[in-house]
Amino acid sequence: MTYNKQRTATNDSMIAVKVHNIKKTFKTEKSIVTALEDISFEVNRGEVFGLIGPDGAGKTTLFRILTTLMIADAGDAWVDGFEVVNKYKEIRKRVGYMPGRFSLYQDLTVEENLAFFATLFNTTLEENYDLIKTIYQQIEPFKKRRAGALSGGMKQKLALSCALIHRPSVLFLDEPTTGVDAVSRKEFWELLRQLQIHGITIIVSTPYMDEASLCDRVALMQEGRIMQINSPRGITESFKKPLWSVRSGNMYQLMLDILALDAIDTCYPFGQYHHVVFKDETYSLENAKQILSTISSDLEVKQIPATIEDCFMELMRK
Amino acid sequence: MRILRILLEKEFRQIFRNPAILRIIFMMPAVQLLILPLAADYEIKNVNICVVDFDHSTYSTRLVNKIKASGYFNLVDYTESYDKALDYVEHDQADLLLQIPPLFERQLIKEDNASLFMVLNAINGVKANLGGAYLRSIINDFNSDVRLEWIQLPRLNPQPMIQVSSINWFNPQMNYQIFMVPGILVILVTMVGSFLAALNIVKEKEVGTIEQINVTPIHKYVFILGKLIPFWILGLVILTIGLILSRIFYGINPVGNVLTIYVFAAIYLMGILGLGLLVSTYSQTQQQAMLISFFLMMIFILLGGLYTSIDSMPMWAQIFTKFNPVTYFIDVMRMVVLKGSSLYDIRFHLLAAAAFGVVLNSWAVINYKKRN
Repeated sequence: MTYNKQRTATNDSMIAVKVHNIKKTFKTEKSIVTALEDISFEVNRGEVFGLIGPDGAGKTTLFRILTTLMIADAGDAWVDGFEVVNKYKEIRKRVGYMPGRFSLYQDLTVEENLAFFATLFNTTLEENYDLIKTIYQQIEPFKKRRAGALSGGMKQKLALSCALIHRPSVLFLDEPTTGVDAVSRKEFWELLRQLQIHGITIIVSTPYMDEASLCDRVALMQEGRIMQINSPRGITESFKKPLWSVRSGNMYQLMLDILALDAIDTCYPFGQYHHVVFKDETYSLENAKQILSTISSDLEVKQIPATIEDCFMELMRK
Repeated sequence: MRILRILLEKEFRQIFRNPAILRIIFMMPAVQLLILPLAADYEIKNVNICVVDFDHSTYSTRLVNKIKASGYFNLVDYTESYDKALDYVEHDQADLLLQIPPLFERQLIKEDNASLFMVLNAINGVKANLGGAYLRSIINDFNSDVRLEWIQLPRLNPQPMIQVSSINWFNPQMNYQIFMVPGILVILVTMVGSFLAALNIVKEKEVGTIEQINVTPIHKYVFILGKLIPFWILGLVILTIGLILSRIFYGINPVGNVLTIYVFAAIYLMGILGLGLLVSTYSQTQQQAMLISFFLMMIFILLGGLYTSIDSMPMWAQIFTKFNPVTYFIDVMRMVVLKGSSLYDIRFHLLAAAAFGVVLNSWAVINYKKRN
């Protein structure tokens, strides 16, 4: 049995990460919290794989198990062909991990942090400079500055550089863009895309649904379960019902009024609009406008393609 | 080796960039060694005494003068009212009350026998005890003075007398500082070793940097060594500073070889660092580590023989002190500094210190996990 598992994991050289029925619970004083419930998935080599889910979905726990910081209660997992419990030494040599919280030495300079982590991995900054060049160049002007004195975006870039310093084959990024401004977020994703050229598999978690479309494939997570795994496109295409966006002057009253209608399946706020799904999936624009006109005549109604967030809301209702 | 070197380099960089730690390292020995030995003095002086004299005779005046001249007592009041005197005691203005009864002189001369009455304020037990003892010895002295005046000495003393005189070996002047300073130095070295090491490791946990270290292939022994060596060195630096300060300010020159102290300190520090490491594996935050260390230090200091003699402790406490590393170092310090003991004399202490090192470090290393 074990032999079989190992063979399937190591023989398939196209699979970078394989997770099989992983379970993890935490005991608190009063209750047992299930963080991960029977998680299974595979990540292909060179993929950017996104774990999308709200806080508390179990993303960090999963990362900690895959980076050998934590042992799962049940199930198996392989990273780069190595089993996470027994071959943890091998895994530690070849994965890069960037925790959600900035965890480099704040009292050491940018340069010193990089040199320190390079040495721990038995390498040097020069050896893998080509890999981190584009990232490091952005923080190089501040290389004499202490890490604690960097801005949020700069800190992320330094942390990414440190996670890449040993040319890992799999890179784990735990909510790398949380708390980073919109411009830095965009830059950060561009950097990740560039890393793909070097053949690095990237597993990234994020609570931002809009970032999901930037991944090759995503897993939608909720309360320790994976609800769906697909390409971002595949996920949005799986949303079969027509989706309508509605806007008026008084959005709060509009929400109450829409929810009071019988023909409504669901309605939730989405940015400046409310997204509405009708029970009857065959409604045309006229039908929709007609039904909604009972609330107010002054409404902006449009049919729109579903986003990842719409799919997530839909999956959560099930 | 390369990894250990960068770990040490990083650790020293962090220590020297943290002004608070630097201040503690250099200020703590200075303040503790310069202030504590002067203030924490067993010799009780300034005992406040109140004398109630109902006699007002030559002899009673002589007694009071003798008490005043002893240098240990402050005469708060010389009164004729017992109530008033007791009032001083009750308001904590007097530690002692001596009542000289009426007809004291007459009884002393006529009947060869007189009594005095003493009230001790036992709120401060040490002061009451020692103050009472001083006063008793002054009165005894007064008594023999008086007798000496009256008795026509025969050629042979009618009563056989044994006079005891003593010499204080190793500390002829019973200099309290010579006795205290080495002990305080031990506490300093212990504190730096356990406190700072424990806090340092827990800080990595608290800030989250340990997470980043744990995903690297670095071996946990190397990481732990990288943490212990800097504080081992710091401990020896503090010891050196302390020895220099005590030489400059107290003129304490160890009778024995200073190297003997260093040999013991080097081994002792391994045990203490192991203790710090152990504390760090059991705590998640610096606050927890601080409280545990503080608790342990209190016990170590109070049961370490620094302030109270171990020989006068109850049996169970004496057994406990055998498991207190501080006891051994204080002992060694005093032996080497005052008595000039050699490595051979402290061989059992060395053995005990080594045992602490082995046990505490093994325990800590087993308990230190790179993952949970």
